[in-house]
Amino acid sequence: MRIVVPMKAVPDLVEEIELSADETGIEREYLKFVLNEWDAQALEEALLLKDSGGAEVVAVGCSADPEIDQILYTALAKGADTAVKLADASAGGTGPAGIPVATRAALVAAFLEAQPADLVISGVQAADDPDGQLPSALAALLDLPHVSVVVSIEADADAVTVRQEFAGGVSHEVQVHLPAVIGVQSARQPPRYAPITRIRQAMQTGALTELAVTPRGARRGLVLRRMHGTETTGRAEMLTGDAGDVADQIVELLRARGLLRG
Amino acid sequence: MNRNVMVLAEHTAMQVSEGTYELIGEARELASALGGVTEVVLLGPRELAGQLRGADVVVCVDHPALADYLPEAYERALLEVLSQRAPRLLLMSNATVGLDLGAALAVRWDAPLAAYVSALGIDDGVVTATAKILGGKVLAEVELPGERAIATVLSGAFGTDADLSAAAADVVEVTPPAGLDALRMSLRQVIGAGVGDVDIAAAEMLVSVGRGIESQDNLGIVAELADALGVPLSASRPVVDAGWLPKTRQVGQSGLKVKPRAYLAFGISGAPEHLEGMRNAELIVACNTDPGAPIFGVAHFGTTVDLFDLVPALVDRVRG
Repeated sequence: MRIVVPMKAVPDLVEEIELSADETGIEREYLKFVLNEWDAQALEEALLLKDSGGAEVVAVGCSADPEIDQILYTALAKGADTAVKLADASAGGTGPAGIPVATRAALVAAFLEAQPADLVISGVQAADDPDGQLPSALAALLDLPHVSVVVSIEADADAVTVRQEFAGGVSHEVQVHLPAVIGVQSARQPPRYAPITRIRQAMQTGALTELAVTPRGARRGLVLRRMHGTETTGRAEMLTGDAGDVADQIVELLRARGLLRG
Repeated sequence: MNRNVMVLAEHTAMQVSEGTYELIGEARELASALGGVTEVVLLGPRELAGQLRGADVVVCVDHPALADYLPEAYERALLEVLSQRAPRLLLMSNATVGLDLGAALAVRWDAPLAAYVSALGIDDGVVTATAKILGGKVLAEVELPGERAIATVLSGAFGTDADLSAAAADVVEVTPPAGLDALRMSLRQVIGAGVGDVDIAAAEMLVSVGRGIESQDNLGIVAELADALGVPLSASRPVVDAGWLPKTRQVGQSGLKVKPRAYLAFGISGAPEHLEGMRNAELIVACNTDPGAPIFGVAHFGTTVDLFDLVPALVDRVRG
């Protein structure tokens, strides 16, 4: 089975996000980018399928993404067999928010048409995709069946059985014929760790190749008017002082509500 | 140009979801601004049409493959409805169904899509939306150009105070497309929610931890506070997805909704999916070093003191 895992970087949400002065994007220059956490889950699920039944796992990214080399080398170190960077032969711009989902889907679709996969597994969403999610956009371009918000995948000969999650812990077990596209919410186990020595080895093997593709079937996107921070002035009363002062105030809040014994 | 606003109804176990009514309420306002009507698409049992109050028209496709949600069946039926009814705007939930179908419909119906939507408007005939991105830290105001558009809307974005008492004036049946008999997937079983070691939804108080805890080794620090207070430890999605705590401890849209008397949030930034699960707690105290964290928008009290300083100080005081 050939499994393709499209991956991308997103701003590290632990850091403070700064907007550009003209409010049409985020300040990308000083921002730390990390692998989209749902893509990390998708790769893990693909590697679990490889571990249990044998599969060829191909990690795919776009050349215009920040940190993409590091992301793909790490995927190789974790157990992906090959990694491919897709360069946009039409030289489309990346825009203030990075590559739009429509363009990304069109690039990956072009790659998959040239080198078809039995199964495409990607993160269900990304923190910076206001124009929609990659997995089902990709599936529609290629006319493949798709299921998203998936929390486990089991492979048979010509089908996979996936568990699709809904609110409140309810889930559906769905059997999907291959080829298919799956959007992963979380893998059956936490993403594995890649030792730094294995990442260095991966950088030396040359298993990362670059390929120019022409996007296929890009569609109309959104027109950005303005970006701004969330209004948070609405509610919270901020507690002041050092950690000890703040702890005193929180304890008093709980005590006043009868939530503390003693 | 068509002026109608369409809502995809969601239902489980013969009950229409609460979120559907929220969408119908918003659709009515938008339809009124556009000079059109509100149409609600019901995929599945026709007898649910009676529950779809507030709709002007219910458009029903009834077929065995639509009894429960199945992505390919829903997508094919919805495309048939979209091509026949040609609405100006389609609204779906930004939960599983919207995350699953939104982007595919955008390609197949050739319409722009705005996801994670917290507000919608009509500006001189153009549909506008506000999308909550980057974990809820940034709002993107966008236009959806063209003559048709799709928005997937966050739960809780709109109030449910619209008057939805009137039954739909009209129920239109659409013949199921032939594609529903040649699907490439099938629903094998519906699995109910599991029961965990502790029921966080029943707890009077929760100590909850997010991404800011940084590593599994650090969990002990907040676990000690939960212990001292005699309450369960819960978490936001990143902590559970990393495998640091079991799924049964997860608060949020893909976890459990909780409404304790007090919710103490440490290192939780407040992504929309998390806020949906805890915003109704009686007292919310949030600790996050980022003063711009969206959690402060729903918390009653907040602090930007480092959790690694605050939590041990709290343990000292609680233990006395």
